Amino acid sequence: MPTLREIFLPLSGFLIFILAWHGVAALGLYSDYLFPPPLAVAQGIVELLRGGELWDYTRTSLLRFAAGYGAAVFVAVPLGLLLGRCTLLWHALDPLIQILRPVSPIAWFPLVSLWFGIGNLPAVVIIFIAAFYPVLLSTVAAVRNVSAVYLKVAANFGASRRDVLWNVIVPAAFPQIAVGLHIAIGAAWIFLVAGEMLGVRSGLGYLIIDSRNNLRTDLVMVGIVLIGLLGLVIDRLVSFGEKWVKRQWEMP
Amino acid sequence: MNGRETAKIRLDGVGKRFRAKGDGETALSRVDLEIAAGELICLVGPSGCGKTTLINLLAGFERPSEGILEIDGRAVTGPDPDHIMIFQDYGLFPWKTVLNNVLFGLRARGVPKAEAREKALDALELVGLRVAADRHPHELSGGMKQRVAIARALAVEPSVLFMDEPFAALDAFTRIHLQDELLRIWKEKRTTIVFVTHDLDEAIYLGQRVVLMAPYPGRIQRILHIRLPEPRERTGEDFARIRRELFEEFHLVHKQAQDVSEYSI
Repeated sequence: MPTLREIFLPLSGFLIFILAWHGVAALGLYSDYLFPPPLAVAQGIVELLRGGELWDYTRTSLLRFAAGYGAAVFVAVPLGLLLGRCTLLWHALDPLIQILRPVSPIAWFPLVSLWFGIGNLPAVVIIFIAAFYPVLLSTVAAVRNVSAVYLKVAANFGASRRDVLWNVIVPAAFPQIAVGLHIAIGAAWIFLVAGEMLGVRSGLGYLIIDSRNNLRTDLVMVGIVLIGLLGLVIDRLVSFGEKWVKRQWEMP
Repeated sequence: MNGRETAKIRLDGVGKRFRAKGDGETALSRVDLEIAAGELICLVGPSGCGKTTLINLLAGFERPSEGILEIDGRAVTGPDPDHIMIFQDYGLFPWKTVLNNVLFGLRARGVPKAEAREKALDALELVGLRVAADRHPHELSGGMKQRVAIARALAVEPSVLFMDEPFAALDAFTRIHLQDELLRIWKEKRTTIVFVTHDLDEAIYLGQRVVLMAPYPGRIQRILHIRLPEPRERTGEDFARIRRELFEEFHLVHKQAQDVSEYSI
């Protein structure tokens, strides 16, 4: 029963969650500002929709996210292809990357704000850092995992270096690179909020911080719900994109 | 007929050592062999006999540590589109259709698009897979995949085919079918074929000559001319006699190999 599994069960999961949330709030153990009930959150959404902030903040956040993630992919994929091919270079840089990679993007906050001031740039840089390593490392691993027999076949037929790169290595590595792109979406989206707590006065992360400062916990919840929903939508879009590219590449 | 002048492939004292800890392991020792143009020759032997090393040297994927290795009078210095290798695991690109796989070699050579397409379809016709041109490798059986790999090789009209246990992963019926297919194609094209196998029957069925190799170090034990009437009968009396003869020697070689490896362990 696909409709049962795909539609009815997830919907009932949401419904039960919201009912339980409402039930706990209705007990009145906590005041509304400590534990905002779902109705207050719904009203908050309407309030922000009317005021126009909802659309504004969402668009701003999405643009920052696209800029940071896009820049990370733009730098990390070509760099990963290079490092995957040049074993010597990779051995020189691998330890450095292994040291930098586990550092949370948040640790870069002080330097990022000193270097990039206020405005969009610090948030974009934080998202960039979050997305950069998963994309880079999966690209390097993907290139190094390309089956030796493909490279032998290409060399045997006298394929040019460009041919080997574009017609053998990139498509052979693509499925694993796509996994990295996908993981990086998740990682970078998580740090969107953190990035927007820094020197900006717009966006969904700012909405949460600003609402906390005004004790509007209902609007904090609105921010959380929106970020979660948008994260889901982006993830699904990436999956579609992945399938589309695979079709272009004539992959099964 | 295998005189120095007409030899397509000539090996003179070819050896190969792989660098290992301590002294290098000798994979191949002093191999002398001449292969005539248009010959189908089979290299057979137990594992460790260096047959795969030898074919990798011939195809230019490895360099010999010593000796002379020439094809058409020129030293082999690397892979060459005129000498195509067929691998046991096919080496087809899974993201390309059958037709585009076959086109790969032609396009790498810079053959114009329309002409390349025609040649690719002809090559697929030759292996009986023209109907599968738009399918992807994952939709094909193992035997069909290997036929596509053969078509891809033949499309660039190489003068030599190296085949490294190409049918070893296939079931017995498919293997027999592909052996017949290969003979048919070889008779039509007269390509020089060096065929590595660990299957004696396969070697005797296909080869004009069978080179029996022995391990530790890898070397040529014996070269056997197979003079059987065509088409060869797998169940014939003469086939059985050659098989028995080769099998006894193979067994001896195998036993020696085991003794050596037991001592060295």
